[in-house]
Amino acid sequence: MDDIWGQIFQVGFFAALLRIATPLILASLGEMFAERAGVLNLGIEGIMLLAAMTGFSTAYFTGSLWLGLAAAMATGMVMGALMGLLTVSLGLSQHVSGIGVTLLCTGFAFFFYRLIFGQPGVPPSIEAFATVKVPLLSDIPLIGPVLFDQFALVYIALLAVPVAAFVLFRTPWGLSLRAVGESPRAADSAGVNVALTRYQALILGGAFMGAAGAFLSMAQFNAFTFGVISGRGWVCIALVVFGQWSPWKCAAGALIFAAIDTLQLRLQASNVIDVPYQVFLMLPFVLTIVAMAAVSRNARAPAALLTPFRKEER
Amino acid sequence: MAQALLEMRGITKRFGAVVANDRVDLSLLPGDILGLLGENGAGKTTLMNVLFGTYAPDEGTIAIDGKPVAIHSAADALALGIGMVHQHFHLVPSMTVLENLMIGLPGKGLRLDEAGARARLADVKARFGLGLDPDALVSGLAIGEQQRLEIIKVLFRGARIVILDEPTAVLTPQEAEGLFAALRAMAAEGFGVVFISHKLHEIRSLTHKVTVLRQGRIAASLAMSDAITDRQLAELMCGHELTPPVKPASETGEVLLSLDGVSTAGGRRVRLRDVSLQVRGGEILGIAGVSGNGQRELADVIAGMLPVASGTLQVGGLAVRETSPRVMQALGIGRVPEDRMTTGLITSLPLSDSMVLPLVAKKPFSRFGFIDHGAIRRFVTEQITAFGIRAAGPDARTGTLSGGNLQKALLARELSQDPRVLLAAQPIRGLDVGAARFVHEQFLALRAAGRAVIVISEDLEELFQISDRIAVFFEGRVMDVLPIAQASVARIGLLMSGQEAA
Repeated sequence: MDDIWGQIFQVGFFAALLRIATPLILASLGEMFAERAGVLNLGIEGIMLLAAMTGFSTAYFTGSLWLGLAAAMATGMVMGALMGLLTVSLGLSQHVSGIGVTLLCTGFAFFFYRLIFGQPGVPPSIEAFATVKVPLLSDIPLIGPVLFDQFALVYIALLAVPVAAFVLFRTPWGLSLRAVGESPRAADSAGVNVALTRYQALILGGAFMGAAGAFLSMAQFNAFTFGVISGRGWVCIALVVFGQWSPWKCAAGALIFAAIDTLQLRLQASNVIDVPYQVFLMLPFVLTIVAMAAVSRNARAPAALLTPFRKEER
Repeated sequence: MAQALLEMRGITKRFGAVVANDRVDLSLLPGDILGLLGENGAGKTTLMNVLFGTYAPDEGTIAIDGKPVAIHSAADALALGIGMVHQHFHLVPSMTVLENLMIGLPGKGLRLDEAGARARLADVKARFGLGLDPDALVSGLAIGEQQRLEIIKVLFRGARIVILDEPTAVLTPQEAEGLFAALRAMAAEGFGVVFISHKLHEIRSLTHKVTVLRQGRIAASLAMSDAITDRQLAELMCGHELTPPVKPASETGEVLLSLDGVSTAGGRRVRLRDVSLQVRGGEILGIAGVSGNGQRELADVIAGMLPVASGTLQVGGLAVRETSPRVMQALGIGRVPEDRMTTGLITSLPLSDSMVLPLVAKKPFSRFGFIDHGAIRRFVTEQITAFGIRAAGPDARTGTLSGGNLQKALLARELSQDPRVLLAAQPIRGLDVGAARFVHEQFLALRAAGRAVIVISEDLEELFQISDRIAVFFEGRVMDVLPIAQASVARIGLLMSGQEAA
């Protein structure tokens, strides 16, 4: 047995872990911004899928991966704004709006992909993002290959965590955002534009979700498939609760989830434990539920989450 | 004459068919403290919300420093130097004092300007005597401190016109004095202060002039002087003469409710410890105590919402082993809860639904398991007339009623069940003179009818006015129960702070 664990916990394991964690970190930060402002964005799963599609297609036709990333983020922002229109301006149920946006985005993704590419036998592919070696640092044994020989988006995701924490806790905008999510009336009476702030949070969050989608179709894989997201958006909803709406804890949750996911992939491949592979596939989700049950008991959501803000109402 | 800081002319605001403000004029000079008096629903809060940009007026003009202005939002009002301290605080409980102060303020570069905010907080303390620990969590502050934070917030935003909506309703007399000192200091610096209150003695001791609103209109606008009596003001407010309340002697009957050595489990709540109390028919028992010493738990035990861990609870001589709200209701316990908006009524429902909710399973409101809407409407319409509830009708959304009218609706509901024991918590909190009187009259009528009333209140004046005996709570225990003839404010006050009577 020692042998197997030795094989599993190699340098490659940790490098893979970070790659698997990246879209989860990005998307859960996006979700966290929205929820901190008081809007549960259940459109996340669909937004990631549609962004994966638009990003991939843009890169396919322009040949520029960065343009593709920009298109994916723009897609996320537009859909974030749509969420804002539904939940902020119209004050509709956030659950229903979010699921609606997910269905809409999923439909759009399938429709436009078929429209653009038809139904080819071999799905079209692109030259995906290559890893970027950081000079010198990547030569450090063990840490180098894990941390400093990664996709650009991995670096961006890791840097986004402290930046998000800074924005949220150290800037006037971050304070307004949190106030809007905790007590919109208090924020309003302090002269904060509640609706505008919620829109901003949703649009920023959408950009993060878009980047997460792009990572999956343009870095982790080099093609768009309909199963490319396969529930990662929903996992991020859980990660935000697990992470108690803190950027650091969300990222930690994403890393834990990714570790379990990486582990199950390797266990499947190692073929030593004789159980159906579906058991392994199930593992990260089962453990998510266990972790959620353990942690979320004490989780305190932003007080105004799910509540639309109408001014002339007491 | 000095330029008016604020000039409101002909302000009219309608909500559907209701005219909340009808051509109201108001002006404020620098250094003025203006008292705004009126019963609940007279339009005081609406007028101030118009000034603060929460509501758009249908007619009328507002001028600041002689220049006409349009105020569409709180941000506009703040920019013009108008600050409002609301009756219900607008604070973020999960944040610190300093964070609450910095919301909506520009930062220093990219970052929040923490050092600047700390310095200004110190400055406000030096000028007006309003100090707070900047790093304390708001959720841990006492009510009086939260209010102080609201005032500091307003000053932070450079307000020159400060509106306070019934600020003393939640304060102890000492805290209120501190507030008045701060307001006088503001006036001395040339601020304009609008002070909304029901309490006539406060208006008298604090304000320079007073505007009385009645049913949305100006009933009078006077310079404050000793020549004006409380009685005159009260009559201007309600538009008719008032007679002082009378508490006739009454015969006490048998014990209707008794607690014998009752303790509760505690947990997150205050633990009741060995509480023994009795209340007889024809008696009003007052419960005094500083907020959070077990009064709320006592109310919940009697209402069947909090289980008894040990001891016995008897209603009309019957020991109740398993309490529940339904059982206690069936035994004839009526309850007017402290929190009318959440425990008492359901603000998002029509008044009729809200009023019959606990009764709906009974005749005549439902028959053969089906709700009889006709019977419900008839009942609620009758109650609206009988209790003079100011509402657009049985279909009005409960949340649109003012505090006094909500209280009347609750009382109407409970009294319609002819309770043996009525339990009322903070029954006149936030109510104006007329409404408070009405509530007390109902209590006295119950007492005369041989029922028992338990009144939990933090307002000692109220307890002295209506109680036959006063029980004082401290840390979940009954310190003592005094007949009213032996009670004095000083003695009750000592007991409230946990000191045994000498």
